[in-house]
Amino acid sequence: MSALAGSQLLCGELAPIIEPGFFSSVAVHVAVVIGAVAAIVAAAVGIFTVMRSQSFAGEALGDIGTAGGSAAFLGGVSALWGIVAFDIVAAAVMELIGIQRPRGRDLATGIVLGAFLGLAALLLYLNTTFHNTTGAVNTILFGSVFTVARSQIPVIAALSVVALVIVAALYRPLLLSSMSSEIAAARGIPVRLIGAAYLLAMALAVALASMTIGTILSTALLVGPAATALRLTKRPGVAIAVAAMLGVGAMWLGVLLAYDSFYWAPNGKTWPVSFFVVTLIFLAYLISGLPAWLGARSQTARA
Amino acid sequence: MFSGFMVNAWTVASIVAVVAGAVGFFAVLRGSAFVAHAVPNGSFAGAAWASLVGINTLVGLGIFSLLGALGIGLLGRRGRHDVVTALALVLMLGLGSLFLSFSGEYAPEVTSVLFGEVLGISANQVAPTAVLALVCIAAIAVLYRPLMLSSVLGEVGEARGVSSFRMELSFLAVVALVATMTVPVVGTTLIFSLMIGAPAAARSLTDRPLLAMTLSVAIALVTVWSAIAAAYTTDYPVGFFVGGVSAGAYTVARAWAAWRRRRHVDAGPAFGTSTPTAALPS
Repeated sequence: MSALAGSQLLCGELAPIIEPGFFSSVAVHVAVVIGAVAAIVAAAVGIFTVMRSQSFAGEALGDIGTAGGSAAFLGGVSALWGIVAFDIVAAAVMELIGIQRPRGRDLATGIVLGAFLGLAALLLYLNTTFHNTTGAVNTILFGSVFTVARSQIPVIAALSVVALVIVAALYRPLLLSSMSSEIAAARGIPVRLIGAAYLLAMALAVALASMTIGTILSTALLVGPAATALRLTKRPGVAIAVAAMLGVGAMWLGVLLAYDSFYWAPNGKTWPVSFFVVTLIFLAYLISGLPAWLGARSQTARA
Repeated sequence: MFSGFMVNAWTVASIVAVVAGAVGFFAVLRGSAFVAHAVPNGSFAGAAWASLVGINTLVGLGIFSLLGALGIGLLGRRGRHDVVTALALVLMLGLGSLFLSFSGEYAPEVTSVLFGEVLGISANQVAPTAVLALVCIAAIAVLYRPLMLSSVLGEVGEARGVSSFRMELSFLAVVALVATMTVPVVGTTLIFSLMIGAPAAARSLTDRPLLAMTLSVAIALVTVWSAIAAAYTTDYPVGFFVGGVSAGAYTVARAWAAWRRRRHVDAGPAFGTSTPTAALPS
């Protein structure tokens, strides 16, 4: 039985769930591949983001990608390049300001983010005013995995490999310095250098996530599945696998729902993919917290 | 620049700067830069919802920023605080993108909510902004002592009966109010720049809380005034100048503090053994 016949059979059986044409659309093929790649990289990097409490840095890099994406639109190159370039520069600046205590670190992140967001405001303004690229703003900010061109797959794959190699090469020292920077430093691990290299991996992961669900929503993919996984298991390796599955699941289900939503009210327009992905990720996080919450409640009830 | 409709812009923007400077002082003291970013940014969904169902933007902003702030506060009790903040923020932005796709708003409106549109401030915005500002200032005045204690020495506060959780929720509610009144002026993305940049600069200049708060308000006012003047002359978005000036003020203040520290080290060991009141954690 050919793959086509198989998918037709699947469509026939799942007709109420999967709308016709889902498996033959090129945009869906690309979305499924890119979404999975971005979710896997985000999972591998995101576990450490959660362990190091660097969600704000992830969020900041995502927002800063907005400036990069707008600059790329203005210069007429692919948004991916602008996002990657700006994220790497911003990660370097944050590292240079380098306040290591969490409170001060968030402040430094915030100041850098503010400056770049100001720049994003200017660039988006120039885009809408002089380029008349009306759709550009929404595409950069909220993304649509359906608009990623097939020709970008090799580039995205290459960047994913770089990010994964960084995490794999640093795995053990990164893990130790994320759990306790004092112990890591005492063992002679160059904590600061590891942190800088990790920030680079994070910049790449955020840029990839930005391509699929948009710059300002990319944090969802980076932090959500990882935080959910870390609630379910304490073992980092297992957590990465669980986070990758959750992320890929949310992406694929989101793509499917967005495709189907064309037939929902208000009719004639699909709902944004990013909305579904973000909502699914948030629900997974809430559900993963239920056992602990119920346990705490029954304990207080007994007491 | 100072006539006609611009009078409203100057009035509203000045009120906003005073409140952002005062509330932002606590945001910096508590290290809640992320929350100060997330609550206003997430209220974007409120603006999108208001325009979808056709009600006053301020109402939409108010409802969503309060819901977001309380959600972060409640969920943050059980989860990691930064994770909860990030997820609440993206959920609200995701909802915003959904509302946006329903209402079919086009780019200029979106950018003006995100990055501010001072020139669009009308006379009927002055009164609500002033009322919200008074509520914020009153809340900060009432909360001043317990909030200060809970922000600087959380455990001592708990021992004296100041609940950290209740302080966190109250503070988040105040941030939500600030977000509601500030969005129309500098936009959802850059309020936090005003709330973080000016107080952080002030904190680098002095360790005394009241002086730092006053300085913070002054720097915020200068930031907003110069941003409006620049936006008026160049026609670029206000947010661009607010973000730039805030970052600039922080850089200058940090540089000045570093220079002063080095001079004191050269002069002798007196600096660093100062009075306990100066020992606020930075």
